[in-house]
Amino acid sequence: METITSIKPLLAVLVSLSAVPILVTSNRIPNVREAWTFVAAVVKFLIVVSMLPTVLNGIEIVYTVAEVIPGLAIKFRVDALGMLFALVSSSLWIITSAYSIGYMRGLKEHSQTRYFCYFAVCLSATIGVAFSANLLTLYLFYEILSLATYPLVTHHQDPEARKSGRKYLLYIVGGSIGLALPAMLISYNLAGTLEFAKQGFLPGTASSSLLVVVLIMFIFGFAKAAIMPFHSWLPAAMVAPTPVSALLHAVAVVKVGVFSIVRVLTGVFGTDLLVSFDFGGIIITICCVTILLGSLIALSQDGLKRLLAFSTIAQLSYIVLGIGLLSPKGLTGGMLHIAMHAFGKITLFFCAGAIFVATGKKNISEMIGIGRRMPVTMGAFFIAALSITGVPPCGGFWSKWYLLLGSLEADQMAVVVVLLGSSFLNACYFMPIVYKAFFCKPEDALFENKVQEAPAFCVVPLVITAVISVVFLFFPEPFLKLATMTVSSIMG
Amino acid sequence: MEFIVAKYNYWIVIVLLMIGLYAMIAKNNLIKKLIGMCIFQTAVILFYVSTAAKSGGATIPIIAHGHGHEAAAHAVHAIDYVNPLPHVLMLTAIVVAVSTTGVALALIMRIYKRYGTVEEDEILEQIK
Amino acid sequence: MSSAQFPILLVAVPLLSAFILNIAGWFNKKYCLPIVIVALVGSVYASFGTLFTVLEEGTIRYRLGAWLPPFGIEYVVDHLNGLVLCIVSSVGLITAIYSKRSVEQELPEKVPQFYTLYILLVTGLLGITVTGDAFNLYVLLEIAALTAYALLAVGEDRAVLSSFHYVIMGTIGACFYLLGVGFLYIKTGSLNMIDLHGLLPELFGSNVIVVGFAMIMIGVWVKMAFFPLHGWLPNAYTYAPSATSCLVAPLMTKVSVYVMIRIMFSVFSPEFTFEVLAFRHIIVWLAVAAIIAGSLLALVQTDFKKMLTYVVVAEVGYMAGGVWLANTAAITGAILHILNDALMTLCLFMTAGIIVYKTKGHQFEHLKGLYRTMPFTMTAFTVGVLSMMGVPPTCGFFSKWYLILGAIRAEHWVFMGALLFSSLVNAVLFFRIIEIAFFEPFTDHHAHGHDHQPEPIDEAPLSMVVPLWIVAAALVIVGMYTSGIVTKVIQFAIPEGIV
Repeated sequence: METITSIKPLLAVLVSLSAVPILVTSNRIPNVREAWTFVAAVVKFLIVVSMLPTVLNGIEIVYTVAEVIPGLAIKFRVDALGMLFALVSSSLWIITSAYSIGYMRGLKEHSQTRYFCYFAVCLSATIGVAFSANLLTLYLFYEILSLATYPLVTHHQDPEARKSGRKYLLYIVGGSIGLALPAMLISYNLAGTLEFAKQGFLPGTASSSLLVVVLIMFIFGFAKAAIMPFHSWLPAAMVAPTPVSALLHAVAVVKVGVFSIVRVLTGVFGTDLLVSFDFGGIIITICCVTILLGSLIALSQDGLKRLLAFSTIAQLSYIVLGIGLLSPKGLTGGMLHIAMHAFGKITLFFCAGAIFVATGKKNISEMIGIGRRMPVTMGAFFIAALSITGVPPCGGFWSKWYLLLGSLEADQMAVVVVLLGSSFLNACYFMPIVYKAFFCKPEDALFENKVQEAPAFCVVPLVITAVISVVFLFFPEPFLKLATMTVSSIMG
Repeated sequence: MEFIVAKYNYWIVIVLLMIGLYAMIAKNNLIKKLIGMCIFQTAVILFYVSTAAKSGGATIPIIAHGHGHEAAAHAVHAIDYVNPLPHVLMLTAIVVAVSTTGVALALIMRIYKRYGTVEEDEILEQIK
Repeated sequence: MSSAQFPILLVAVPLLSAFILNIAGWFNKKYCLPIVIVALVGSVYASFGTLFTVLEEGTIRYRLGAWLPPFGIEYVVDHLNGLVLCIVSSVGLITAIYSKRSVEQELPEKVPQFYTLYILLVTGLLGITVTGDAFNLYVLLEIAALTAYALLAVGEDRAVLSSFHYVIMGTIGACFYLLGVGFLYIKTGSLNMIDLHGLLPELFGSNVIVVGFAMIMIGVWVKMAFFPLHGWLPNAYTYAPSATSCLVAPLMTKVSVYVMIRIMFSVFSPEFTFEVLAFRHIIVWLAVAAIIAGSLLALVQTDFKKMLTYVVVAEVGYMAGGVWLANTAAITGAILHILNDALMTLCLFMTAGIIVYKTKGHQFEHLKGLYRTMPFTMTAFTVGVLSMMGVPPTCGFFSKWYLILGAIRAEHWVFMGALLFSSLVNAVLFFRIIEIAFFEPFTDHHAHGHDHQPEPIDEAPLSMVVPLWIVAAALVIVGMYTSGIVTKVIQFAIPEGIV
């Protein structure tokens, strides 16, 4: 694998971090402050995109920041998988910033400067995780992300936020310090290195029994992936303002979790090792349980954001499941789902937030007939729901398709059943919402037949992401290419 | 028996150490604790000094043949003189012990002024 | 002033300035702090100069008064104590700058005496670190201890009694140390550490030597507050004046850990400590107990400073366990932790001092709403918290890295578990504080809406906040520079023969 050295990965990480002092000083002038957030987001996206052609040509970009432990450095490596994740996050940050403006101003939220500052730090950390070249760098940015999201999750600073904040930290930090850190150190002790390699660096170092323990420690230690039973923090974190929930919990935080697991599975263990020790079965079992349980619990939820949270829990396990299938199409499907799910889910959260801003409603039972009042929002909701369910004409279809093919390739018929079953469950909990929003008896409708959407800053972003979800069906590039490149470099 | 008699200095030191420790831990009165501390420190000092002694008529380490050029001409038999180094070390240790006792007494005076008693249980009662 | 004289200068300058200070303070107490700062700047300069000389040339042996050892006292500076010297003098200097406002508020009429004792304490600690003679170490240990007793006693109400308890326990510890040294002297006839190192190997089978070692260890453990001999520490440090806590808490226990390492490796050899003696596993178990007990006891406290003191007890367990695990990674972690824990403890106690200065108390209820009213202080505090939890890139992560790696290599899973447990407990402890400072008092933000005026920022004075920020920045910088510290300094501080 050819590599070139460039400072761009570091710049991409630092852009938003360096915006923080500017945001703090423009505290008094909200428009300037928001403008700077936009500028930072756009610059970050441009830097990431500027590296895309190089990566698509098969060249990786590396940059070493500092050697902090003899033999281990904080190091960036931009490869196809990292680029996929970074593109998703950085593009969605621009859109979310726009949405945040509408949301925060619409609700006259307090401490907006703090909000935008920590948002910027979170994005720095996310890009840092995406571009990590070794496990130490990944762990570093993972921890920074955990802590930087705390003020965002507990933004409202009321007793409920405090309780949720505790739960959040308990699972996330407990997992990373209690499980992921020792797992990382054991791996370091076994292999003497932490650099991600094409077929991992653990093959040949230890017995199957020790490695399976380390594997389990990693999977549950990266609790941001919300794999059951370490999932309860995600519904609890829905007390946060919706843009926070949208980007962080549907896109950045949870995606960092699954991304880390994917990196560990492919770069630390390696698919060959997983095949030879038959670990795929363990991964698949854990994920299938989460998928089914998550979808089932979602069925019973009345709070819209909680329903979306459980839907996310299930969808995240699709990604890890894809890796667990250990077949080329399966891996491709799992990685592609990072992108597809991101755009779909963020649309859904945007819609939930728009509904809250416009009507103050949080529960599905209170949203009967809302399609009359907010047709654009609910239309976007419908499209995004289709994408998550995996039905054309939306991009989510591609990732589900690849996952299905991958499970056939791997002879895992049970997984095929689970995939189809969960898609059906997805439809079961999404479609009633849409149906009730648009098609209900006039006397049951809780809203008048007057179009009164949320502010433009809220509605435009969600339309954009919904449209992109549709566009993905026809043009799944560059994400599909990045995913297939990753898989071919891993599996040859 | 032989064992105890020959090493009687060590046994005395042990007894003193135990008395001192007992006083420091078990006694309630702060002054008594302080006295225990002094006994403890004195025991250590006695230990060192006793190890300096030599059997067989060793005397104090002042060389009998005067000073100056003549002194160098006569060899000094170490066996005739008690080891001066532990004594010297213990001079320093005594200074330290005295200073510690002084500081402790100053503290006890402060405590007495503040609480009106030097019994530890009464003081703890007052603190609660 | 040739750099060859640095080893003595770094002790002599503060010592002499103590006298000058006391006399000058008689005239006008405003002269005191500048003299302290000048003296400590000199010390810092000399200690860093010594460290760099050691890095280039190897161990320095400085003979006081040109008397040859083993009769004369010599100062021996190698990589280990070069590092500790720099830590002690730097912490002393930063705390001195920080202490100005705090001392004015808490002890207005005792300023000259306070600073005299302060600088004598730093002298004592520097002396302990730099000396190469076992008895000289006792003397300096007691100098440091006596000044500490007095400095700790001038605090709040309960401080006097707590200091008295410290007097009793500290004297027991020092006397045990002295007994141990006496045993060694009886058998070898020498008090010089390097000389002892040469003479002891033939005597390893002797019971006297083993008992002497045990006595010295017990004495050092009392000074180090190693569980279960830690009873004096919580009360003594909690009720002390803020400036004293900031000086004493980061340094006294760490210097005692240094003494333990020195005795274990440079006087006795690793071969003796780990192989001839059979009890190294017991000490690691004691360290596990220290970590767990310290963490659990910290959880039940409602007093912020007292909670910090129990955290210090747990941190001592880290270092003791790391050293007694007897492998390179663990000992590297322990020595690195001397540096890192000094900085972390300083950061946290400085925050406590600032909180006492502004709110006049150190219970949990004094912490309410501090993120709004003192954002700069609390930001630096948060960095300290991250370091305690072991979050990269702060330095706390890296010493934990080495300690856990050492535990894995020694296959001591319980010690690794204790380290992880303590990190998680630290997270709980400190996030409780952060919650109180961040969330309370609860106001309904939505009711106030856009017109809600934020509470005014009521920060501590700059002379307290700037040193705090310097320490917080150091936590990150030292963390990032870990590789340099390990390869240039600590690597050479580990004796040969350790795997």
